[in-house]
Amino acid sequence: MTAYFQIDGVPIPFESGQTIMDAALAAGQYIPHLCHNPEFRPHGSCRVCTVRADGRFVAACTFPASEGAKVECASDELRELRNGLLQMLFVEGNHVCPGCEKSGACQLQAVAYYCEMLAPELPHFFPRRHVDASHPDLAIDYGRCILCELCVRASREVDGKSIFAIGGRGIKAHLLVDSPSGKLGDTDMSVHDKAAHVCPVGAILIKHRGYDRPIGQRLYDQRPVSVVGDVIQAEETRDD
Amino acid sequence: MDWISLELTAAGFYANKYCCAHWRVGHPPREEAASVTHPPSPSEHALARQGSAPLDLLQILVDLQSSQGCLSAEVLEEVSHALSMPLAQVRGVAEFYHLFSRYSPCRYRVLFADNVIERLAGMESLLIRLCEHLGIDPGKVRCDHRVMVGTTSCIGLSDQGPAALVNGLPITRLDAQRIDAMAEHIEQTIPVGDWPSEWFQVTPNLLRADHLLAEPWEVGAALGVLARQGAAEVLDCLDQARLRGMGGAGFPTASKWRSCRDTPADRRFVVCNADEGEPGTFKDRLLLQSHAHQIIEGMTLCAAIVGANHGVIYLRGEYAFLLPGLLGVLEQARQSERLGTIIRGFPGFSFDISVEVGAGAYVCGEESALLESLEGRRGNPRIRPPYPTQRGYLGAPTVVNNVETFAAAARIVANGEEAYRLAGRGEPGTKLHSVSGDCPRPGIYELPAGTPVRELLELCGAQDTGAVQVGGAAGTLLSPAEFDRRLGFEDLPSTGSFMIFNRRRDPINVVQRFTHFFAEESCGFCTPCRVGTALLRDLADKLFQGRAAPRDLDDMHRISRLLKSTSLCGLGATAPNPVLDLLHRFPAQVQARLCRADQQPAFDLDAALAPARALTGRDD
Repeated sequence: MTAYFQIDGVPIPFESGQTIMDAALAAGQYIPHLCHNPEFRPHGSCRVCTVRADGRFVAACTFPASEGAKVECASDELRELRNGLLQMLFVEGNHVCPGCEKSGACQLQAVAYYCEMLAPELPHFFPRRHVDASHPDLAIDYGRCILCELCVRASREVDGKSIFAIGGRGIKAHLLVDSPSGKLGDTDMSVHDKAAHVCPVGAILIKHRGYDRPIGQRLYDQRPVSVVGDVIQAEETRDD
Repeated sequence: MDWISLELTAAGFYANKYCCAHWRVGHPPREEAASVTHPPSPSEHALARQGSAPLDLLQILVDLQSSQGCLSAEVLEEVSHALSMPLAQVRGVAEFYHLFSRYSPCRYRVLFADNVIERLAGMESLLIRLCEHLGIDPGKVRCDHRVMVGTTSCIGLSDQGPAALVNGLPITRLDAQRIDAMAEHIEQTIPVGDWPSEWFQVTPNLLRADHLLAEPWEVGAALGVLARQGAAEVLDCLDQARLRGMGGAGFPTASKWRSCRDTPADRRFVVCNADEGEPGTFKDRLLLQSHAHQIIEGMTLCAAIVGANHGVIYLRGEYAFLLPGLLGVLEQARQSERLGTIIRGFPGFSFDISVEVGAGAYVCGEESALLESLEGRRGNPRIRPPYPTQRGYLGAPTVVNNVETFAAAARIVANGEEAYRLAGRGEPGTKLHSVSGDCPRPGIYELPAGTPVRELLELCGAQDTGAVQVGGAAGTLLSPAEFDRRLGFEDLPSTGSFMIFNRRRDPINVVQRFTHFFAEESCGFCTPCRVGTALLRDLADKLFQGRAAPRDLDDMHRISRLLKSTSLCGLGATAPNPVLDLLHRFPAQVQARLCRADQQPAFDLDAALAPARALTGRDD
């Protein structure tokens, strides 16, 4: 007999060992998320997928599903929290959508649209972060990194290279590149690496194809993120 | 650099005088250290002492920091090669911990303890005084590589501060005279080991003892009871005593031990959390300094019950000065068959304890972050479930308890649960409180659980008290109206910090300092804590400076709600406490500080223009 729990009253089947997120995505129920991707071990850092399971706030991507649990996802309270978390991600970095070549294909932007986040009401930090264009095929704009560690995980778990890691701490936490100079050009990163294709924002960019696809025809321009899915999957199917 | 190898000031003192280099005796067996080629470099020395597995990374870096005075880019590259670990990962760990210096090497590294108590005691002017003598800016290494002066979070000496760490060793009771003398010693290149020993004096400062510490510890008393009565009875005894974790969270101790014992595994661990980082706590310092036998017996008791053969004491880096004493006590225990392969009275049971040294990270007091740190990584909290009693240190079921909890468990088992229950007032047991701030008798007071705040204020001689912060930065800020509340799990749970502020102190300033503390100590892993602690810090600054508008208070509430609901661990969830307490309990002070406008920009135009105006001589 299949076990079920509920998300906002909708019964969701699950198998033992699945998280709330696993089961929800399998059942076609979208829960907004950024650091999560089914191809990698759950991370639980962005907290955008926060839901209320039997009254308790948990991250859907790491919390195990359990029989009969009542999960709230779309309540006003959770929408407000999610909105606040998204605003935090926007103000801690330098996210200027009109000037970003990822605009329209950016998961942060798409999730913010989906969650009906308008302009951030929190003060911006305007951090001074640099751009690393040392690699012939790839560039990193640190100002847009949201520390989801998808590139860290992809490089380690799929590419077997461990090119990325996290340094610093608190608001000064930042992405590190594995070379003595700290430059991407001094690593053996390849444009074919998984890590080059997982960035949900415009932090890791593939050079030479910035505006190949015009604004208006981009990943999330026609349909919302809840239908299109994550940048990783969508990017792999984009030329089909 | 030649002068380092010639003189080894800091390193020589640290490693030779205190024999700290081999603190991991009794460590669980791992792979052998790589064979060392000659002549060995400093990192090879460190690897030979600390092991060469990625799990040993933090201890290797601690060793190198103490022997080299900094972790240079070259040293980190050597370590990365030797451990076959990505350099970025090694750098990531080196950048995580406060006590690591990644500046160029310097002979003297002075870090002032920057807790609100020390600030109120004049730490800032002492720091400036020292910097002026030495002709440097705070946080910068002098160009001759002689000295740098900076700050670090509370170092557990608020009862005898202002205090500072000099090359890792604490100097207490700083005043202008001592600062002047320190500057002279530094300019004359006198090795820290030859500085006057009274400067380094740390007094235990136990001013009231009760059930836990009143009688001297009779070694073997608790283990004798275990041998006679068996594990089930001892666990029942702890249950009936209602012993709960003393680190702040208050989880029932016997339940934790049972959960670890009942998780199927072929090995288990006992970890003593000696990462006392809550601002204003120093009671574990006393226990580690003067009551280590009792702690060890508590850990051994736990090990015998859960079936662990290895224990680890995670000692905060700021307490590294306690290491020699602690290692001595562990060695005594081995000599007298209380630790090691033969444990008197328990045939077939072996148990040993090693010490791992932290490097400055408040978040590592959180048990899962502590385990990450023990495994040599950045101290990010783990996702739970699984809990440490299911999957803890090295993936094995692990009990993590606070220093005081182990000491209390030993005492309860030795003296019986009834004595413990009767020691409290309305709830069982006693609690150690670290008292600091505006009172004539700061120090450690062991009090019955359930003692009113007012009584402790009277005991330490505090007068005209305007506010008390119970339980550290993450605890509760009380106004005088609440001084009849009781210190204990049923009313005011506490990590053991008790900071007193008289009526002339500004509660907004106090809370502002705590917001800086949390922003400094957030590990940065989850969004709400990483960004929210920095936002609260900036808003608290704005309020303190009289630039906050009513709308900013709404933002404080909103950000606090986010932190409480969505943070991964307790640091983020408790970081807003001081802010919320301030808004709730000191509304008059807050209102008086608001500016009149409905809204005030976060951006201060005049401050931003100041350098340009100064350069151009304009005032428009």
